[in-house]
Amino acid sequence: MTAAMDDIPKVELRGVKKRFGSKIVLDGLDLSIPRGESLVVIGGSGTGKSVMIKCVLGILRPEAGEIFVDGNEVTHLSGSRRDAVLRKFGMLFQGAALFDSLPVWENVAFGLIQGRGMPRSKAKDIAVEKLAKVGLGPEVAELWPSELSGGMQKRVGLARAIAAEPEIIFFDEPTTGLDPIMADVINDLIVSTVKDLGVTTLSITHDIASARKISSRIAMLYKGKIIWQGPTADIDRSGNPFLDQFIHGRAEGPIKMEVRG
Amino acid sequence: MNFLAAIGRTFLSFLAQTGRLTVFTFSALVNCVRPPIYWYLIGQQMLRIGYFSLPVVGLTAFFTGGALALQIYVGGNRFGAEAVVPNIVVLGITRELGPVIAGLMVAGRVAAAIAAEIGTMRVTEQIDALTTLSTNPIRYLVVPRLIAAVVTMPVLVLIADAIGVFGGYVVATESLGFNGAIYIKNTLDFVTRGDVTSGVIKVAVFGFIIALMGCYNGFHSKGGAQGVGAATTNAVVTSSILILAANYFLTSILFSR
Repeated sequence: MTAAMDDIPKVELRGVKKRFGSKIVLDGLDLSIPRGESLVVIGGSGTGKSVMIKCVLGILRPEAGEIFVDGNEVTHLSGSRRDAVLRKFGMLFQGAALFDSLPVWENVAFGLIQGRGMPRSKAKDIAVEKLAKVGLGPEVAELWPSELSGGMQKRVGLARAIAAEPEIIFFDEPTTGLDPIMADVINDLIVSTVKDLGVTTLSITHDIASARKISSRIAMLYKGKIIWQGPTADIDRSGNPFLDQFIHGRAEGPIKMEVRG
Repeated sequence: MNFLAAIGRTFLSFLAQTGRLTVFTFSALVNCVRPPIYWYLIGQQMLRIGYFSLPVVGLTAFFTGGALALQIYVGGNRFGAEAVVPNIVVLGITRELGPVIAGLMVAGRVAAAIAAEIGTMRVTEQIDALTTLSTNPIRYLVVPRLIAAVVTMPVLVLIADAIGVFGGYVVATESLGFNGAIYIKNTLDFVTRGDVTSGVIKVAVFGFIIALMGCYNGFHSKGGAQGVGAATTNAVVTSSILILAANYFLTSILFSR
């Protein structure tokens, strides 16, 4: 039983295609995230990393292909069946995406109160506890998101992502827009929370230092397809010119920057 | 050929836009009757849409009533019928100007605010965040605004009617030499329940238009600050045009009763 369960990837994308107008963003993307792994997908801006995540979450609908979560197809689910799948997920958005009409603790407790109908006082206790996990004291709970710095907002976003104890967490550019020290603090937090919770994670980033730190596997997305993937330790000896150019940040190489998105 | 292609493109984008709006409206209406209903949010929006619009709507209604009294006096004077001022003021305010003024003022105030708020939530991914937290954004954001607008606009217009008539009364008694008691008696004798209800029905529809256009434009905004700005402008322009168009059609339907 457990052996069979372990063989099923936590999340799997097969031949996923998505286009906006005439621009093809995902061109038959295949990717699987084994249970318990921390996969980081790297790739340039505008290569469809965010689109890929939004397809898995059902925020965007792919034109073709299939998406599986725990071996069940979820590509076309909607309504309460989609909600049931989404309960397995936590997501940290690029700009944290905190609700600025709600205080910090209600942001963290949002999924518990609205999604699961938990009483507010109990949800608040859990929110304060999750804030402590990301290194924020109870006094932060009463602040408003607009009163926080970018790094603090990311922490609150992380607390919100883990509040409902998800099985899978997505990180969208977790370190973008932060200074190098705060970026590393967030990286450490991600590593320790992932270890504590034993979750499967998928992160997208173009910050190689962050990718090395928070991943167990790395995949590279280029022109709508995964062109390389493997254990993080192997990225420096992949022999893949696209990956080499990207991780060393060279202007010269097979990847040409497109001016128009 | 390019000219024809341009016409075709415009037409196609118009159709796509209409389709999107129809789907959006339908989904909003379906979610209005599906639990959970967020009562707290409805209350909050009623305050923002209705209560905080009172000063703006009240002031404009007062001045409109006053100007109306002056115009009718001038017009009536040409055939010796100055005495109709109270009658026409109350008719004009309750049936037409009260609802339209309230509709347009609230469109400027509220449709813009809704579009800016929801548009900002869209471009900062807060709407996607709602979805990932198992909360339907239509139900959480759109439904409370729609319900609050449809419920509070009629109350707002009743107050606007009273203030508009009062504006006419002040001008008529202060500068046109009308007797206050007779003015009020003429007003109350003349106005019918139908005058008031037709205005109330109209303004409920306007409330729906305002909230819908604010939410729709906010929901579909993209591209950062500029996109939110465009959404806000579109929300005010489209809701104002739709209000005036709906006003004509509703009037022609209610008039024939």
